[in-house]
Amino acid sequence: MASNSGYEKYKSDGSLLGNVLEWFDARFPATSLWRGHLAEYYAPKNFNFWYFFGSLAIVVLAIQLTTGIFLVMFYKPDAALNANGVPAAFASVEYIMRDVNWGWLIRYMHSTGASAFFIVVYLHMFRGMLYGSYRKPRELIWVFGVLIFLVLMAEAFMGYLLPWGQMSFWGAQVIVNLFSAIPLIGDPLSLWIRGDYVIGDATLNRFFSFHVIAVPLALLGLVAAHVMALHEVGSNNPDGIEIKEHLDEKGIPLDGVPFHPYYTVKDIVGVVVFAIVFAGVVFFAPEGGGYFLEYNNFFPADPLKTPPHIAPVWYFTPFYSILRAVVWPIFGIDAKFWGVVAMGASVMIIAFLPWLDRSPAKSIRYRGPIYKSFLAVFVVAFLTLGYLGTQPPSPASELISQICSLIYFGFFLAMPWYSKIDKCKPVPERVTF
Amino acid sequence: MSQEGKVDCGRRRLIVATAAVGGAGMVTAMVPFLSSMLPSERAKAAGAPVEVDVGNLAPGQLMTVEWRGKPVWIFNRSPEMLETLPKLESAVADPKSEVKQQPEYCKNATRSIKPNMLVAIGICTHLGCSPSSKFKKGAEDGMPADWQGGFLCPCHGSTFDFAGRVFKSKPAPTNLEIPPHTYLSDTRILIGEDRKGA
Repeated sequence: MASNSGYEKYKSDGSLLGNVLEWFDARFPATSLWRGHLAEYYAPKNFNFWYFFGSLAIVVLAIQLTTGIFLVMFYKPDAALNANGVPAAFASVEYIMRDVNWGWLIRYMHSTGASAFFIVVYLHMFRGMLYGSYRKPRELIWVFGVLIFLVLMAEAFMGYLLPWGQMSFWGAQVIVNLFSAIPLIGDPLSLWIRGDYVIGDATLNRFFSFHVIAVPLALLGLVAAHVMALHEVGSNNPDGIEIKEHLDEKGIPLDGVPFHPYYTVKDIVGVVVFAIVFAGVVFFAPEGGGYFLEYNNFFPADPLKTPPHIAPVWYFTPFYSILRAVVWPIFGIDAKFWGVVAMGASVMIIAFLPWLDRSPAKSIRYRGPIYKSFLAVFVVAFLTLGYLGTQPPSPASELISQICSLIYFGFFLAMPWYSKIDKCKPVPERVTF
Repeated sequence: MSQEGKVDCGRRRLIVATAAVGGAGMVTAMVPFLSSMLPSERAKAAGAPVEVDVGNLAPGQLMTVEWRGKPVWIFNRSPEMLETLPKLESAVADPKSEVKQQPEYCKNATRSIKPNMLVAIGICTHLGCSPSSKFKKGAEDGMPADWQGGFLCPCHGSTFDFAGRVFKSKPAPTNLEIPPHTYLSDTRILIGEDRKGA
């Protein structure tokens, strides 16, 4: 009997196990899921190093979910001061670090996992830009991916408040106040987000709720949509050509190999290398030189005293620099509002890449010198913005971040023009490797 | 209905009406959840006025007290500090305190009831960091050479003078906020209430 997905249902060989599987498969699309997404999902056979990061992102997600479940067993979202005059939330993190069996390991895995998530996701996104993975017919995969990135930023931001240290508190204060820059509705909106007139217990509790329930649910749903959309149209590859255009007599792409076992085995190699690096950081440099865990966050939150230098965690700094770069009021509205608009736009504009890129070649391998130069300058500008965002403001850094912000937006907004006039090389018919 | 390729308009109207009523119900059901996130009655009730004794505050000294969870500065400005204020009128964005960031009785040259005693909320009007004291003149504290003394917000570099007036071309849009306050006696200030006014 064929199921409505087109895959043959499992047929028992008469053994007990076979009978159980046949009974199960008649009631649940086990065979079609297995074959459609793994054993008979044909991926291009020329995947390279850059294709590790999608599966690594799933691995990091699993690490975060697992360690998160255990942290919630010991963490207390409570801003009230305990008998020692320390906020209970801050004290519960210290308790996890010092008294809970292996608590330090679980917590360092979670805090390192947050940075690892962004490293992996940034590289995954850059892979998409290198090989034009966002181009037709994969626009929707890309849009889902940008939504995942947005949701991930919300998840990281709310998680960062929970240790209730100085950076937690003042970082949240600055970011929530960004919303008050919106004309008319800004002040009531930021009051609604905080749940109090200042960042306090109400804010801590709702961020905890969002961080452990609402946002992870949204994240899982979006990841499922991202993978389903990918498996609907098939993976791109470093040559940026469609393997489905050359099929054998059975309708299988000539340049495709079954995801399982070929890429499951390859990805396991990637996971092992990742795990070595990850364990190295967790065991030997969990603070990441002050970039993964900022030193000021080892002081409990003090609403009366801002630390002398506050900066967001490294993965937000490029966008934070764009926010700071806008210092002029426009149309009689504060610069602060336009900074927020620029920061929001800098993330959202990534979603429009599929429609901005007009190059005849998808992959960097066949693109011309103009695109390559623009991409190189863009990467330098993005890294510079990231570095400047970790530094205290100064007139020189303000000017540099203004220039880099212009480059950032210019890369996207001028793309319909420069990607079209670029002199591309001929694209091959079949994949090369 | 669609088997013959015809649409039963009566039924379709019913479907639309049902969906509309159901949708309105869904939206209405969101109200309790969304408004639960507004400040609770307890949060609104908190914020009682705070009484402070400033008898020991020497000229040039600043103390911080907490009112409604915010840092409130009480700053006894020395005569030299007050002298800088008229000189900076052209450098600050709102020298006359036109923007309503203070009670009427503090809309004056020193933004205070008593000329020396500044009471201000120590929260930068940009994004809510608490500015740090940079009281020394000149470049000593990492400030520009023509610095007259005042406050620097560590987050985005907004600067304020000794009256909490923001300098021009800085991210902060307005002067620091002056909370309502009253002198109960010569040395006791009540922050959060202006029952006697000026």
